[in-house]
Amino acid sequence: MALLQIAEPGQSAAPHQHRLAVGIDLGTTNSLVAAVRSGEATTLPDEQGRHSLPSIVHYGETDIQTGYEAAAHSAKDPVNTIVSVKRFMGRSLADIQSGEHQHAYEFSASEHGLPVFNTRQGQVNPIQVSAEILRPLITRAEETMGGQLEGVVITVPAYFDDAQRQGTKDAAGLLGLKVLRLLNEPTAAAIAYGLDSKQEGVIAVYDLGGGTFDISILRLNKGVFEVLATGGDSALGGDDFDHLLQQHLKLEWELQECSAQTNRQLLIEARRVKEALTYADTAVATISLDDGRELQAEVSRAQFDEMISSLVRKTIAACRRAMRDAGVSVDEVLETVMVGGSTRVPLVREQVAGFFGKTPLTSIDPDKVVAIGAAIQADILVGNKPESDLLLLDVLPLSLGIETMGGLVEKVVSRNTTIPVARAQEFTTFKDGQTAMAFHVVQGERELVDDCRSLARFTLKGIPPLAAGAAHIRVTFQVDADGLLSVTAMEKSTGVQSSIQVKPSFGLSDTEIATMLKDSMKHAKDDISRRMLAEQQVEAARVLESLHSALAKDGELLSEQERNAIDAAMADLANLAGGEDADAITKAIEALDVKTQEFAARRMDNSIRQALAGQSVDQI
Amino acid sequence: MNYFELFDFPQSFELDTAELSSRYRELQRAVHPDKFAGGSEQEIMLAVQKTAQVNDGFQTLKDPLRRAEHILALRGLDISHETTTVKDTGFLMQQMEWREALEDIAHSSQPDAMIDELHTSFAAYQRDVFSSLSALLASHAEDDDIKAADQIRKLKFMAKLQDELARAEDALFE
Repeated sequence: MALLQIAEPGQSAAPHQHRLAVGIDLGTTNSLVAAVRSGEATTLPDEQGRHSLPSIVHYGETDIQTGYEAAAHSAKDPVNTIVSVKRFMGRSLADIQSGEHQHAYEFSASEHGLPVFNTRQGQVNPIQVSAEILRPLITRAEETMGGQLEGVVITVPAYFDDAQRQGTKDAAGLLGLKVLRLLNEPTAAAIAYGLDSKQEGVIAVYDLGGGTFDISILRLNKGVFEVLATGGDSALGGDDFDHLLQQHLKLEWELQECSAQTNRQLLIEARRVKEALTYADTAVATISLDDGRELQAEVSRAQFDEMISSLVRKTIAACRRAMRDAGVSVDEVLETVMVGGSTRVPLVREQVAGFFGKTPLTSIDPDKVVAIGAAIQADILVGNKPESDLLLLDVLPLSLGIETMGGLVEKVVSRNTTIPVARAQEFTTFKDGQTAMAFHVVQGERELVDDCRSLARFTLKGIPPLAAGAAHIRVTFQVDADGLLSVTAMEKSTGVQSSIQVKPSFGLSDTEIATMLKDSMKHAKDDISRRMLAEQQVEAARVLESLHSALAKDGELLSEQERNAIDAAMADLANLAGGEDADAITKAIEALDVKTQEFAARRMDNSIRQALAGQSVDQI
Repeated sequence: MNYFELFDFPQSFELDTAELSSRYRELQRAVHPDKFAGGSEQEIMLAVQKTAQVNDGFQTLKDPLRRAEHILALRGLDISHETTTVKDTGFLMQQMEWREALEDIAHSSQPDAMIDELHTSFAAYQRDVFSSLSALLASHAEDDDIKAADQIRKLKFMAKLQDELARAEDALFE
């Protein structure tokens, strides 16, 4: 712990200015927004004092409603009311239709096989629906905090794959939001608890939400949250408990063949009964049917426990695997943190306490804890706490591999590798004169391509025609801090950087993105060119500001000549940024980037040297 | 990339892993992309690349098997991409015996005892091979490097066996 805080030159030059940033828990069932205000992280309520917003979007005759207003339509207009959209994020239509749940929606497939909902307002995809959920939360935050947000941290289940993460980020992008970080939900929960109590040791975060289950094993050490291992199931949650109870009621009441509307009513009743059973040993389910019948049934907690016991057992098995992956034993675990509304289910608490051998932490509301942690991280990332020593080291949730002969997967980066990570793999041609090579990137743990998630396909072109096996192609897979993949390739003998176009298997085509942007503008009463200009101006300001402070701090790394060239390019950019030409600003940013590449690399090496020098001094 | 240089350690098999973890944390603090979250695209991209190197370096140096491989690679003997073969017949016999024992776990009346026993004998065997590996790498003779490579190959076989043992253990619970 530092006793003295000495501001670094450059950082103190600008007057202290509080930047606005929020954390958002974009949940399957409910979503929340939280911010650090007066040093304390809290969730922000709406005008009626309600903190959580049901993650429900209703496409009405003329407008789009979200949250409680949308929920009111859920039973009567299921086709146009999208609930639990997070379950559809980054999935293919085929994935969804093979699932065991019944959906009230009418689906079509997009160009790449993404599901699109056919609503009365036309077709919308899960990314657009998620953006509609984010929109009122952003408005709420900007009204509460009195200004425009500089960035957001959005949480995702640790188990989310690349397509699901990319979809979440794209949803924020549709609203023109800068995503400072996609943060894993369990890590966010640990931040919310860990910083208060200054713990050191191993922490298990058990997160059972509406639609996903995550288990994360973290190590806290001197302000560093290191994710040792994660596991879970991206298609298991409290919604499954509801569906089981719904099935039970259907059998009990002999309603196997019923309308979509009755189905939805049954589901809502099942959820109510589940919640009642948290506090009571029995609960009574009731329903009024269209034909005037009133039905009733009593459900006991023991019956409910039996229905869900195999699902709960699945979560405990995942805990055991994660502990092994982390290389820690149960008695090393200092605390267990409970996250997600479904951890209120008594059987869940019992089983978790039984497995880890200690009573889990529940002092922060399990529905709010993720948003609170995200807000703390957003506050740090946006630069309000330069003295903070919090650092998050996340891991890749699922192995990345490529398809090889016979539909087998060759792993390139294995699960639970700390990210960011870069791995190079070499490939060679198998025919004389071969000039192109096709790749298929998948994510998952299984050995067969068909059992993994298809992430992307790309074709590498422009390989020099050589004898079979003579061309050596080096393909580099890079995963950034958000868990997002990018791929580059190079032919080694010629050094030619080959261009690859990565087509996400379940991503969007360029036309789809353009249409989505246009649609989002319609509602935002804005136009594309104005927004492009504003975005470029913001980026220009960001580039200039970070360069100013870099020059103040490390200017001595440059020769006079280099410095002059950079100063000139900066002046150019500053000039153009005040104007109206978005393209010119983009070009000026690129020009400045080229001129500062060497400087940035020197600074990075310099800070590595300093970090290690500090270390050796500590040892003396 | 020489990871010993990146972490400012002498190029030796014997390494203080607590010190390694502490330097790793300091390097992460210096280069992690989160430190540049408000910065330009260029800074973030560079930070991602550097952090990826630091991460890979840490994983390489932390694991004794990969550390040994890295030392050999730096001495010009790259065995990381080869398909593993060992010619030592005594070793192969022992492997076969252990593999049979692994298969028997599922049908055993006392699976826990069998698993414990295998854990113990694997650990004892690995300890022996590691101490021989350490001595071979310290000698810096070309012959010894080739022998060291053989010891690494044996340890890779052992790592696979250990994975299988862990899977057998899991299967008991599921």
